[in-house]
Amino acid sequence: MMVQSRGFVGRRGPANITLPPGQHLTDEFPVLSAGPTPHVPLEQWELTIDDGKNVLRRWSWKAFRELPAESITVDIHCVTRWSKVGTMWEGVSLDTLLADITTDASFALAHSYGGYTTNVPLEDLRKGQAWVAFRFDGDNLAPEHGGPARLLVPHLYFWKSAKWVRGITLLNHDEPGFWERNGYHIYGDPWREQRYSGD
Amino acid sequence: MAGTAVLGRLKWHVCTVVALRDETATARTIALQVPDWPGHVAGQRVDVRVTAADGYSAVRSYSIASAPGADGRIELSVERLPDGEVSPYLTQDLAVGDSVEVSGPIGGWFVWRSEQTEPVQLVAGGSGIVPLMAMIRSRMKDRSAAPFRLLYSVRNPGNIWYRDELQALAADDRGVGVTYAYTRATPPNWPRPPARVDAALLAEATWRPSLSPTCYVCGPTSFVELVAELLTVAGHRTERIRTERFGPTGSQR
Repeated sequence: MMVQSRGFVGRRGPANITLPPGQHLTDEFPVLSAGPTPHVPLEQWELTIDDGKNVLRRWSWKAFRELPAESITVDIHCVTRWSKVGTMWEGVSLDTLLADITTDASFALAHSYGGYTTNVPLEDLRKGQAWVAFRFDGDNLAPEHGGPARLLVPHLYFWKSAKWVRGITLLNHDEPGFWERNGYHIYGDPWREQRYSGD
Repeated sequence: MAGTAVLGRLKWHVCTVVALRDETATARTIALQVPDWPGHVAGQRVDVRVTAADGYSAVRSYSIASAPGADGRIELSVERLPDGEVSPYLTQDLAVGDSVEVSGPIGGWFVWRSEQTEPVQLVAGGSGIVPLMAMIRSRMKDRSAAPFRLLYSVRNPGNIWYRDELQALAADDRGVGVTYAYTRATPPNWPRPPARVDAALLAEATWRPSLSPTCYVCGPTSFVELVAELLTVAGHRTERIRTERFGPTGSQR
């Protein structure tokens, strides 16, 4: 199926690391954003969960940081084909944020300072699969990487891990977010290589 | 602004290298003839796959430098990264007549369509010129009257890509205003000492925020962070600033 490229040798990655199809390893942390980096002062920062009509939960930065946090070590996979293994984060589990919320919603739309949005099925945010992360590699999360806090949903392509997250809307229908309206896959499973809308 | 630029499942096109052209000592333009090419919009990119004799393959994304056209020919411009896995092959070993595979086009946000009539401000850092050049070429090809300006930051005069074409555009009445910014070394008698882009240069060399231009900023992460911040502070609305960040992503050893 593949056509051989005369003279191309290439490098092989470490044999003990299995990456999703079409990905290669990087030790760097490339930055991809659609626009300028928002700078959100902590005293103005807030995180909300709403149902499209009413705000169900609201945390100030101080209240958010008083929630129990977890250390998370995960591999991340960007749709632009780099993967990074063993990244270390600290964040609050969505299980904690969603606890005590009764909802019949099946989908979530994360929205960010700066206007970015991305959609995720609600079940993908539960059961230890998603966090709102505020530290990376032992340091406070830098603005260009989504600080003060970003969504972390490492089992999906990394555009689903919305930088500068400010809220999550619970919905009973799947509403495409920013990249999902701009040609990218509605779900984005790297292991099934769901990069683009037709995949 | 929803542009569904990717329709249907992308496939791999086996294409032929039809021309090669050096842009600088470390950058080369590769012209490809792509069978069944669905066409593209200026600013989009493709994935390129190269495969070794034993079946090992590597894929990298590159912006398309050429204007959209119906002839199935696209041009990519690739900078050679000293420690890269794929770019040294593409810029040194690949010859006319060789085959590579491409998939695309990809991306529906960092694009310029010739229906757009508003002023356009392009800001390029180094190899970030590539998708912006596609926009300039698309504008010229479609005889668009949208006012375009380009601010192009390079390390030194030897690092300018598409030099002759940009020079001709700058001299053309219906062309594109081009301003160069040099960060390490300037041509002789250049009025501005080598420096990063700053607020004063932006004020002088870019459209005023009151004209509500759409701004396209492309380059290395640190450059894009700086310019996008300066444009925001100058009064450009953030939703009018579109960014694309370039950088090596191969494993460092």
